[in-house]
Amino acid sequence: MIEDIPLSHILIVSTLIFFIGVYGFMTRKNMISMLISVELVLNAVNINFVAINRYLYPERLEGHFFTLFVIGIAAAEAAVAIAIFINLYRNIRSIDVDEVTEMKY
Amino acid sequence: MENYQYTIWILILPFAAFLFTGILSGKLKPSLTATISIGAIGIATALSYLAAIQYFFLNASESYTAVEAASFTWYRLSDTLVIDMGILIDPISVMMLVVISTVSFMVHIYSTGYMKGDDGYARYFTFLSLFSFAMLGLVLATNLIQIYVFWELVGLSSYLLIGHYYQKPSAVAAAKKAFIVTRFADLGFLIGILMLSYYTGTFSFSDITNPDGPLITQTIGGTFLGLSTLTWAMILVFMGGAGKSAMFPFHIWLPDAMEGPTPISALIHAATMVVAGVYLVARMFTVYSLAAPEALEVIAFIGAFTSLFAALIAITQTDIKKILAYSTISQIGYMMMALGVSGYSGEAGLGFTASMFHLFTHAFFKALLFLGAGSIIHAVHSNEMKDMGGLRKHLPATHITFLIATLAISGIPPFSGFFSKDEILAAAYASNKLYFAVEYLVAGLTAFYMFRLYFNVFWGKKRTYENIHESPASMTIPLWILAFGAAFAGFLPFSHLVTTDGIPFDTHFHLTIAIASVAIALTGIFIAAALYRKESTRSQKIAATLGVFYTVTKEKFYVDEIYLFITKKIIFNLISKSIAWFDRHIVDGFMNLTGNTTVAASFRIRKFQSGNIHQYALVFLTGVLIATLVYLYYYPK
Amino acid sequence: MSAFAITFYMGSALMLIFAIMSVTSRKLLRAAIYLLFVLIGVAVFYLVSDYMFLAAVQIVVYMGGIVVLIIFSILLTSHLGEKLQVVKPVTFVIAALVSLIGAGIALSVISAHTFNPVAADGPETTVAVIGTQLLSYGKYGYVLPFEVISILLLAAMVAAIAIAKREKKPES
Repeated sequence: MIEDIPLSHILIVSTLIFFIGVYGFMTRKNMISMLISVELVLNAVNINFVAINRYLYPERLEGHFFTLFVIGIAAAEAAVAIAIFINLYRNIRSIDVDEVTEMKY
Repeated sequence: MENYQYTIWILILPFAAFLFTGILSGKLKPSLTATISIGAIGIATALSYLAAIQYFFLNASESYTAVEAASFTWYRLSDTLVIDMGILIDPISVMMLVVISTVSFMVHIYSTGYMKGDDGYARYFTFLSLFSFAMLGLVLATNLIQIYVFWELVGLSSYLLIGHYYQKPSAVAAAKKAFIVTRFADLGFLIGILMLSYYTGTFSFSDITNPDGPLITQTIGGTFLGLSTLTWAMILVFMGGAGKSAMFPFHIWLPDAMEGPTPISALIHAATMVVAGVYLVARMFTVYSLAAPEALEVIAFIGAFTSLFAALIAITQTDIKKILAYSTISQIGYMMMALGVSGYSGEAGLGFTASMFHLFTHAFFKALLFLGAGSIIHAVHSNEMKDMGGLRKHLPATHITFLIATLAISGIPPFSGFFSKDEILAAAYASNKLYFAVEYLVAGLTAFYMFRLYFNVFWGKKRTYENIHESPASMTIPLWILAFGAAFAGFLPFSHLVTTDGIPFDTHFHLTIAIASVAIALTGIFIAAALYRKESTRSQKIAATLGVFYTVTKEKFYVDEIYLFITKKIIFNLISKSIAWFDRHIVDGFMNLTGNTTVAASFRIRKFQSGNIHQYALVFLTGVLIATLVYLYYYPK
Repeated sequence: MSAFAITFYMGSALMLIFAIMSVTSRKLLRAAIYLLFVLIGVAVFYLVSDYMFLAAVQIVVYMGGIVVLIIFSILLTSHLGEKLQVVKPVTFVIAALVSLIGAGIALSVISAHTFNPVAADGPETTVAVIGTQLLSYGKYGYVLPFEVISILLLAAMVAAIAIAKREKKPES
């Protein structure tokens, strides 16, 4: 099963997903799509946690638990972020980052 | 061992009243606030009398020993140096309890009439409760730190109450003056406490004043300017007492403190707080007497000088409250002098007993005089003697009680002042003839200026007043009660109750001195009667012939002006101005420089804060990558 | 190469493709759906790693919670068929450059390092084991982070309500 795959291959996949997320974060203007990019980044990290836990320290569950906590924090983050988006949209009819200039300087 | 546990309620009740009415101020009706305060002090008064009766009269043993009714450790500085909070029951504290609670209770009741309709009615009673708490705590203190804490608390409440009419600039100035002057003197007190505790390793009175304790039996510390360190410490402690008790040269705040409501003058600035200095010296008397006799000489000298000095000023004043204020200073000088000439134990300790006795009787007749003055002011709406005259018909109750108090302070038998003053004079005679001569003269002056006041107010020229009437019962009843005390307090066998070492002794009646003192008092009274009983110009003529002397005393020997000269001209110009220049130009300049530099730099780098998230992310990521590269190539495995 | 390996590599390739599409698609709703596919791939990866509970959490919280939330907010804030605005071309170039450099650094580090996997079966990750360990306060116990997370979630919930609540219009 999973032992057939070298660890480094899994890490390559997660690294690529991570930097795809970073690229998306830097090129998107819409806040929701930036949030999507952040979710990609978080999932790449989760994959790393799980893979290293599974391959190098299979007798423990630290990576597993950290993944669990990251998921929890991601949920909280998404909830607050979306609350902000909706409030923002209600006020300025847009959720583009460039439009939010009210509190600049 | 007798149980004095209940005495803690004497402290708790006024404090609780203060907290309750203070926190709920504005929510409670003013009359309810007054009722709560009066109730608290009333119960405290009853408990004080209970304590006094139990201590003095239900005591089986021959002598009176100090009892610590309650004590808990408040703060532990080291193994031996512990700050306690407790209650000390001994002859002088019990006597003070009776004095303070009685006068305070009377003033509370009197104030309901005197302050009626005042805007700050509730505030007044709240602070009155605070003062009662602080003053009672002061006399019950078991150690130096506790007495210092309450010492400052009475100073604070005195400040608050002098400034009661805070819309009046003169009241505000007087409150500040009282606070600053006493605060300055308290600095000496604090240094004295620290010196004492440094050498003894304790704050507790029972350790410090133990006649067999190390402080008294051993010589400690070095010497400075020919006096031992202990003597200097005790002189500094006395400096605190002199500030509170308005001894020369700290007396300047007390006449100004008359800006406060008159009942406050009666309570704080005549009967209780100003004698705290006397109480402090009496509390530490064992140390003064046995280990620092030089400090005691200083006390005697300052006391005698102040009593003469203040009596001279009192003769020429025209504001009735100012006269009473200088009279208070003079009488406290008497008490201080008596402590100063006293020896330790037995008959030699007559001065101590006499001082406490005079404190006791003085509290009654001086509070009565002030409350009577309040009643007069209440009727006439003026402090100036020239606005009064012939009032004996209009204010009969005030007149009788005022006369009793005046006779008492003049030392006419059988009123209380006679007995205590006689003992003081006897003590002075036994110790130092010069002090006796001064005090003898002051006794005559006292009789003169008090009857000058009395005749000017109640006799003299007839004038018509609009709408004048006797004060309400809430004001006259306390007058009568205090008059009773002023008349008969002298019959208490004080030398059996309050002595230096707690062992009673018998006083002999000094007939010669008694006759002499009555004679000079009567002389003073007759001169006053001749000058002021009928309206005449004789007094002006005498004033004119005295010329410069009259002006100098009327201007209070220019002490205030000297103070102003020293503070304004010398300290402000020479020291403060240079410091202010340094502060404005060097210190502020440096601060402004840093501030301006920051602002200028911020304007330059402001553009980095573009608000563009993409840019932030880019910069952040670039930084992370550079850091990673640095890490990889500078710290290879 | 086993059948599992072939499946794994194909799945990984699909995940990467969907990831790229989700960050490049000009249609927001589609981007969200592509994200959903990536998340499914991650869940499957957890599954084959024998972490059943984690896979379940991934499906429930991520796919059932976050993605649904994202889709809701997309529907609330944008019109159907609306195309996303794009940033300046130079930004694209810079972002791609930085991402590639970063990926290059990370991949070179990974390839230079030799991992020594331990061929042992881990503890069974049943809910009972996870629950016990999560609430244990001994060694490898996670009760403190667990409590911190619970407080964080509560705070986030309150904050989300407070932020999204419509402000009362001042009476005029």
